Amino acid sequence: MTALAVENVSKNFGGVSALANISLNVSRGERRILLGPNGAGKTTLFHTISGAVTPSGGRITLFGIDITRLRPDRRARLGLARTFQITNLFPRLTVLDSMLLALGGASGHSLQLIGSPSGYRSEYDKAHQLLEQWDLVGTARRVVRTLSYGEQRQLEIALALAGQPRLLLLDEPTAGLSPAETRRVVSMVHALPRDMTILMIEHDMDVAFELADRIAVMHQGRLIAEGDQAAIRANKQVTDIYLGAD
Amino acid sequence: MTARAWTIIGCFAVLALLFMLPEVLRPYYLALVTKMLIFALFAMSLDLLLGYTGLASLGHAAYFGVAAYTIALLIVRAGVDSGLAFPVALVAAAATGALFAPLALRARGSYFLMITFALAQVVWSVAFGWRSLTNGDDGIPDVVRPDFGWSLDSTTSFYYFVLAIVGLATLLLVAIVGSPFGRALRGIRESESRMQALGYNVWRYQYVAFVLAAAFAGIAGALYAYYNRFVGPEYLYVVQSAEALIMVILGGAGTLIGPAIGAGLIVFLEDFVSSMTAHWVLVLGIIYVLVTLFAPRGLIGLVDQLRQRRVKP
Ligand SMILES: Nc1ncnc2c1ncn2[C@@H]1O[C@H](COP(=O)(O)OP(=O)(O)O)[C@@H](O)[C@H]1O
Ligand SMILES: [Mg+2]
Repeated sequence: MTALAVENVSKNFGGVSALANISLNVSRGERRILLGPNGAGKTTLFHTISGAVTPSGGRITLFGIDITRLRPDRRARLGLARTFQITNLFPRLTVLDSMLLALGGASGHSLQLIGSPSGYRSEYDKAHQLLEQWDLVGTARRVVRTLSYGEQRQLEIALALAGQPRLLLLDEPTAGLSPAETRRVVSMVHALPRDMTILMIEHDMDVAFELADRIAVMHQGRLIAEGDQAAIRANKQVTDIYLGAD
Repeated sequence: MTARAWTIIGCFAVLALLFMLPEVLRPYYLALVTKMLIFALFAMSLDLLLGYTGLASLGHAAYFGVAAYTIALLIVRAGVDSGLAFPVALVAAAATGALFAPLALRARGSYFLMITFALAQVVWSVAFGWRSLTNGDDGIPDVVRPDFGWSLDSTTSFYYFVLAIVGLATLLLVAIVGSPFGRALRGIRESESRMQALGYNVWRYQYVAFVLAAAFAGIAGALYAYYNRFVGPEYLYVVQSAEALIMVILGGAGTLIGPAIGAGLIVFLEDFVSSMTAHWVLVLGIIYVLVTLFAPRGLIGLVDQLRQRRVKP
């Protein structure tokens, strides 16, 4: 079954074509890695899938539902979660409050104006449990902006996972992390339920090849290669771009 | 003792003090404290937008003024019972908020500020220009205070009335900012795009916050109409909106106690300064500059800083 179908999606910023007729199919439970040099359009593609950016043309379906023009929060309700390449958290809120917000967004009952702390006991317990799971429970009372960069990246992923999404988009989750922290993220992803579909932008080739079922490569707004590890390694155009770029 | 225990003790101490004030204060100063309470509520209502949701409005006087004018027009022009006019005024303020919010929420940042300002100016020009209804800049006198079997005409009884209403409204505000809804507002203030990605309909939360802020401002405006027994277009004027913003910023946005303290200080200063100079707006401007330069997080932020310095030698 197809989890995500991107059909002929394009996006122009003024004169710049950031996405040119991208088509991509990700099946349910698949771990797909998106490769490509800086400026290839990977983040823009994520934005069109999550709804942060409206595509100039094309169509996107999520589990068979057309989401091309849906608001981002509606897409989240359909089981889509994402992290941001540039850390996008709640700098002045605590880690615990951030997690409670993530849980509230998923359950969708927080337009209640008046709440008693005890009425939300179970929500607190759940938040603590999730923070424990991601090794963040020691930071629960801390304000997010005082966390280390590595901890913030981890919180990004933990928040995205709080709502038990069906499709998870990870935008360079290991960028800027130490090798030890990178290992932690990789094992975190390994530990996710197998029926969760994951689309992940990754620069580190070792990480990409370790996690991927299939790989797609973008360059200058186009999809230039798609296939399993061996196919990508053997692709002349891909090796040219990566050898040429570095 | 924990910080929470201290907060509770502090609240009871302040409440006890407020209860005893009529025993110790001369009527002039009791009336001044009554005004402080009214503006504390007005400032807190604005902070629901500014400090909690991250929306800086320069038109909050509109809702304050609409409620005040509703009270005055109903009582003086329509002969409605003064106490009955109160809930109608509240609804009028909330309805104005509900009407203006979709226009203002199309924009963010300084554009939001400009639109809220423009909308308030529209209301002001109606109050100023529609002389046959509002008496223009002469305002509407003879706004009688409600009578629930006991008269609110004395300074003391009116003080207790305002204390009760502002107290109840404050309790509601405390419950709102402490609820999951209040937490969502703070999340929106910190990152709209992250909240959207988590599944929140950000617009709807901002809309509800806007209407609530208008309703609470309306309570303050209605009380102020009773307080002065008079309404005039200056209730709706941009100076009133700016004053509320400065109250919030001076005290500390993002808390309830900060704007209340800021309101108390500004009302006191205005009374003090007006007896010496006519340049109150200039003084307000200077306060604003000093606060943004030396205490960008307001007096509450300043206290926090001092406390942290003491803990970390
Ligand atoms: N909001 C925007 N406005 C204008 N140009 C943009 C915007 N976002 C991205 N771009 C441009 O689109 C291209 C693709 O960017 P991006 O999707 O961030 O690439 P990647 O994530 O692959 O590094 C770049 O040339 C970038 O400058
Ligand atoms: Mg990118």
